[in-house]
Amino acid sequence: MASAAPVAEPQQWQPPAGPAILFEDVSIGFEGKPVLDRISFKLEQGDTRILLGPAGVGKSVLLKLANGLLKPDSGRITVFGEEVSAMREQELFRLRHHIGMVFQEGALFDSLTVRDNVGYQLMEEHVPDEEIDERVKEALRVVELEHTMEKVPSELSGGMRRRVAIARAVVSNPALVLYDSPTGGLDPITSTTIIELVVKQRDVFRRSSLMITHRLQDAFVMAMNRYNEKENRMELLPEGTVDDRTSFLMLNEGKLVFDGSTHDLVHSDDPFISRYIR
Amino acid sequence: MPFPTLDRAAKKIVSAVQQYALLSGRSLANLFRKPFYGADIIVQADRIGIGSLPIVILTGFFTGGVLALNSASTLANFGAAAITGELVSLSMIKELGPVLTSLMVSGRNASGMASELGSMMVTEQIDAMRALGTDPLKKLVMPRIVSTIFMMFFLTIISDAVGTLGGAFVSVVLLGQDGSQYFHTAYQSLVFADILQGLVKPIFFGFIIATIGCFYGMTTRGGTQGVGRSTTQAVVVSSVLIIVVDFIISKFMISVFGR
Repeated sequence: MASAAPVAEPQQWQPPAGPAILFEDVSIGFEGKPVLDRISFKLEQGDTRILLGPAGVGKSVLLKLANGLLKPDSGRITVFGEEVSAMREQELFRLRHHIGMVFQEGALFDSLTVRDNVGYQLMEEHVPDEEIDERVKEALRVVELEHTMEKVPSELSGGMRRRVAIARAVVSNPALVLYDSPTGGLDPITSTTIIELVVKQRDVFRRSSLMITHRLQDAFVMAMNRYNEKENRMELLPEGTVDDRTSFLMLNEGKLVFDGSTHDLVHSDDPFISRYIR
Repeated sequence: MPFPTLDRAAKKIVSAVQQYALLSGRSLANLFRKPFYGADIIVQADRIGIGSLPIVILTGFFTGGVLALNSASTLANFGAAAITGELVSLSMIKELGPVLTSLMVSGRNASGMASELGSMMVTEQIDAMRALGTDPLKKLVMPRIVSTIFMMFFLTIISDAVGTLGGAFVSVVLLGQDGSQYFHTAYQSLVFADILQGLVKPIFFGFIIATIGCFYGMTTRGGTQGVGRSTTQAVVVSSVLIIVVDFIISKFMISVFGR
């Protein structure tokens, strides 16, 4: 990646002590069909958890539950100590200012320019225009798209749209970022660029994150690399080591079938997990 | 029909009515909550009101014209052609102005709202808006409801006026009636109850158009096919509701004012 100027981040909100996300026996179903069944896991602050599983298993549903976009049928979901599963929508809007979310297809507002997409939250908070321009430029510089400010999403490629979505998710300096298949449907080179950005968010900005991916390769790249801030690029960790703050979750048939480290995942005896990762 | 299917269908209908009531109630309550999206209301008022002006003027003018054309020949049989103006103005102001304007606006805007919000639903833009801390009911639905009600009121007045002019054009130019007599009877026949009835209806119709359009948009599922389905349903349901509510308001007004 080309070198970029250091980003002057706005002051980060200090979340209370405790896990960033806590799921306790969470279940949800649609039209009588169970989708997630008694899911429990924890995401500690500053950690990254990668959520794996076959298509249609409920990974996106889990991410939406974490952000309060869906309500569970039973169980408790706590984000930064606040029980999102019991909060009213109006209360959730306040909490969501500290959570960034990258949607599967980007979900950019197609009638707004890149500048207005990235600066949307700031515009809603009535931040002065000059400050919005500055912060949007900074966020776009992180994803190396500062030249696209006046373009609309339809003028961007799929990879560029995902990068804009990442810029939009992190522009207000959230303490937690949720990524829903940020590399889905992209070519390997663009996918690596996106993963590099996710690693940068993890290592440079120390954001807690929960990421869904279908690409096992992306998951292992995240676990085996770190971001070199001086050289402004991602680099491999020394051989035999992995990032100890990155761990894995795996869903199958609505149940959490794995919750553990990279080492545990690779050495799992479970036939489903072995088949999935090989 | 097997019993479980009936049961499911009934539940679905009750759930849809509940969702519709919640969406309408919450959106209107948002009018009194901060932030106030004044700029969005003006943008929507421009789109809905100014954008609908050409079709409302054309519909009003030709409806008034055809009303004069049809009624004049019948009235002439009874030697009452002189009251063509009365018939046109009463019909336009009490009934045809509000109903036809609403049906036109419904065809143009209920469909527009359903397809626009429906597309945003299926591409997760509504979820993205919620994730960014903005209430879509406040940002997207409330401005559409307020501006549709507001603009429907004035569009109906324009349609009434243009319809009466259309009737005058046909009566004077094509049927050779006296213009001052036309306008005199058109004006003299109107009483407060007629004007009130004609101005109350568009408020209800505007509410129906916007809430039904937004409801179908916000509950869209199933990709582009779902957007198409929502758009069609929004127009059909809002049009039928307009006709039904028109009957109820007319019946109520007649029982209160006696005409």
